Amino acid sequence: MNSATKNKYDDFLAVQDLIFKEAALIDSWQLDDWLALFTEDAGYYVPPTDVDDNASPDKTLFYIADDRARMEERVIRIKKKTAHSEFPRSKIRHLVSNIRIIGESDGIVSVDAAFVVYRTKDGATDAFMGRYAYKLKRDGDSFKIASKSCHLDMDGLRPHGRISIIL
Amino acid sequence: MTEIIKSIDENTEAGRFRVPRQAFVSDAVFEAERDAIFNRCWLYLGHESELADGPGSFVARTVANRDLLFIRDRNDVVRALFNVCPHRGATVCREKKGKAKSFQCMYHGWVFKDTGELMHLAGESSYAKDFNADGSVNLQPVPRLDSYAGFYFVCFNDEVESLPDYLAGAKEYLDLVANHSPAGMTLVGGTQEYAIRANWKLLVENSFDGYHAEATHATYLDYLMNTNGGLTNVKLQGNAYDLGNGHAVVEYTAPWGRPVAQWIPMWGEEGKIEMDRVYAELVERLGPEKAEQVAHKNRNMVIFPNLVINDIMAITIRTFYPVKPDYMMVNGWALAASDENEWRRKFRLFNFLEFLGPGGFATPDDVEALEKCQAGYKANTSVPWNDISKGMHKKQPSFDDEHQMRAFWREWNRRLETIRQEAGK
Repeated sequence: MNSATKNKYDDFLAVQDLIFKEAALIDSWQLDDWLALFTEDAGYYVPPTDVDDNASPDKTLFYIADDRARMEERVIRIKKKTAHSEFPRSKIRHLVSNIRIIGESDGIVSVDAAFVVYRTKDGATDAFMGRYAYKLKRDGDSFKIASKSCHLDMDGLRPHGRISIIL
Repeated sequence: MTEIIKSIDENTEAGRFRVPRQAFVSDAVFEAERDAIFNRCWLYLGHESELADGPGSFVARTVANRDLLFIRDRNDVVRALFNVCPHRGATVCREKKGKAKSFQCMYHGWVFKDTGELMHLAGESSYAKDFNADGSVNLQPVPRLDSYAGFYFVCFNDEVESLPDYLAGAKEYLDLVANHSPAGMTLVGGTQEYAIRANWKLLVENSFDGYHAEATHATYLDYLMNTNGGLTNVKLQGNAYDLGNGHAVVEYTAPWGRPVAQWIPMWGEEGKIEMDRVYAELVERLGPEKAEQVAHKNRNMVIFPNLVINDIMAITIRTFYPVKPDYMMVNGWALAASDENEWRRKFRLFNFLEFLGPGGFATPDDVEALEKCQAGYKANTSVPWNDISKGMHKKQPSFDDEHQMRAFWREWNRRLETIRQEAGK
């Protein structure tokens, strides 16, 4: 293996490791540790299902468009007993696959992955499916998440009615 | 045995107003509502700004289970057509929105103009010469279509009263929300499309329920208090008004920021200058009293039966329809001043998402509450009544009483009474 190929392979393993770890942290409700995977100026987005892929949350009504401060508030909120939608907590399982490094510019690596997230509560199981678009920032041998955008391959949130977990 | 649809139980002297829980679970009520309410009332179709892209702009939308085309035709006439081929019934336009001069049915290739008129009949020589002389094989128009203050409504019953008469006191409040800007209002792109596993009337109640905020939305209020500069020093207080014909509104002041035009410290100096400018424009155009009402009062309004216009930390338009007694489809949009600058649009949407919609800090807990109520109604034969009595003895009920819900339920009851009488014959 030449060194360029080896670096590419190491990058891929580090990216995959990060994304799988992120999924495991959400599924086990370790949400402070989940936050720690992100940069200080990170963003977390869920666009609606009837707009172009490159729509901006400044001009378009999203489901979720959090800056870092609101991501922290989201975590504080859903950990409380008074976040009724997640009390008692739902059971969550993220399945992440088809991870691809799309490219790199200015130290930011673009990564795509496919996801299915299952949420079970009160006898109902809902599936969210779609594509993650990550922007990852190099951090030593690993990466921090600078932005995560969850593009749903769905016609809407039916029957779910809510995104009260982290996708 | 035919199920008897129970009536509401209102006793003014005792200060008691009760609604039968049967109303949320019964198939007989569900069918009666379809006949007595959804087939007879004016229902929200869309906003004029959705057809702003000139002649040929269209939106395909489902209203009360019927697939419609909301369209601005080549002559600039706004139409509501059934999106159903007159030939064999296939859905004609299968795109959600766009621009078109004509629509072709995929099944046998019939082509219709944007006016609905049949313009190409495949194999025409095999049909009689005057086959469409009566227009019966054009895309059929919805019996009634009219608009008020930019909001388009349809009715599937030709006999209905005029839209202005139907809207009654709600007209004044539609004028308020249409007047945030001299340039008019526009729907921001992006639709929140979701569902709730609960009866549609629970969302009616919840959409203007000032009583539930403290308990249901404790985490949202915590969040606002923890956010530096997220609140201004304004009290949460106001009134509820019955607007006639089942429409009602709660109007109140609140400490959160409003993009028209209540500044909060979080918005900084740039925001202060912009809010002052917006407020000054309102005063000049509407006078000081109306400007104060538009800018500083929040309004949660329900237009009977299923249109919610909430002008709060942002403006949401929301409509919903029951697919089953315990399942509804919901559509939500954000309405904004057409000419607002990038800063204001950005903060409006930021504000919107904080509270509203399936990913916000509040709506998911409303969804939870509604679904838990629905679960409770499984015991409706043993525990049969909902209580809606709060503030009954007051001359002017407060925004956190239940006066506005009683206005809805009285109209609901009146309309179902016709079905009860027919059943009793």
